[in-house]
Amino acid sequence: MTMRTPLARVRGLGASRTGTDHFWWQRMTAVANVPLTIAGIVIVISLLGRNHAATAQILASPLIAIILLLFILSITNHMRIGMQVIIEDYVHEEKLKIALIMLNVFYVVAIFIASAFAILKLSFGV
Amino acid sequence: MAGRPLSPHLTIYRWPMTMAMSIAHRVTGSALYVGTLLLAWWLIAVASGPTAYATFQMVAGSWIGRLVLFGYTWALVHHMIGGIRHLVWDTVHGLEPGERDWWARATLFGSVALTILLWLLAYFITGGLRS
Repeated sequence: MTMRTPLARVRGLGASRTGTDHFWWQRMTAVANVPLTIAGIVIVISLLGRNHAATAQILASPLIAIILLLFILSITNHMRIGMQVIIEDYVHEEKLKIALIMLNVFYVVAIFIASAFAILKLSFGV
Repeated sequence: MAGRPLSPHLTIYRWPMTMAMSIAHRVTGSALYVGTLLLAWWLIAVASGPTAYATFQMVAGSWIGRLVLFGYTWALVHHMIGGIRHLVWDTVHGLEPGERDWWARATLFGSVALTILLWLLAYFITGGLRS
């Protein structure tokens, strides 16, 4: 039994003030993706034709590694939100929808961790 | 779901450019979602050592590998330009009848032109088909 009025609930709880979170982060990551993608393309082009040792050395340099880490962080979050919207649009069966949304998170987290680990391994050696 | 009123069926419409580009944005986004596996594989291959990197290079350098990478490049560039178009539209600019079509067209032609330009640059740097 709650003594709160419906108005008080709407003001303080629920989706109030966080309802646009999804929309906002999709834009945040989209804006971040633009310069990071351009930087990523420049990095890849500058690595063309180089052997493994040279590639590993360039990817390990702090500036390149930081840019790539930011890139992978931003795109995996963007991917998570975007794919969730697609799932919610087309999958209407509740259990399947929840399973796919969970799988979506597993996938992007795995991509993020694998890529970040590779970059850090190159940077810190061994 | 049955019995609820539905919005008009999308299939009865002639495809305007903006609608085609809206769908292309979602399709390229989905392709990039899967294609990011290649980025992860590339990074892991470099970190794993020369043997793993050679395997990656062999696959990426193959005929089918290059085709996939070309498609990936186009999807990336198209989704990026399409994203910029959406960010402009978010500011309530470029939405007038002529303007929105211009942006939709610019997304398509810009992405194709930029993709070809990037690949020409790549071939110029690596010195031809077999580097």
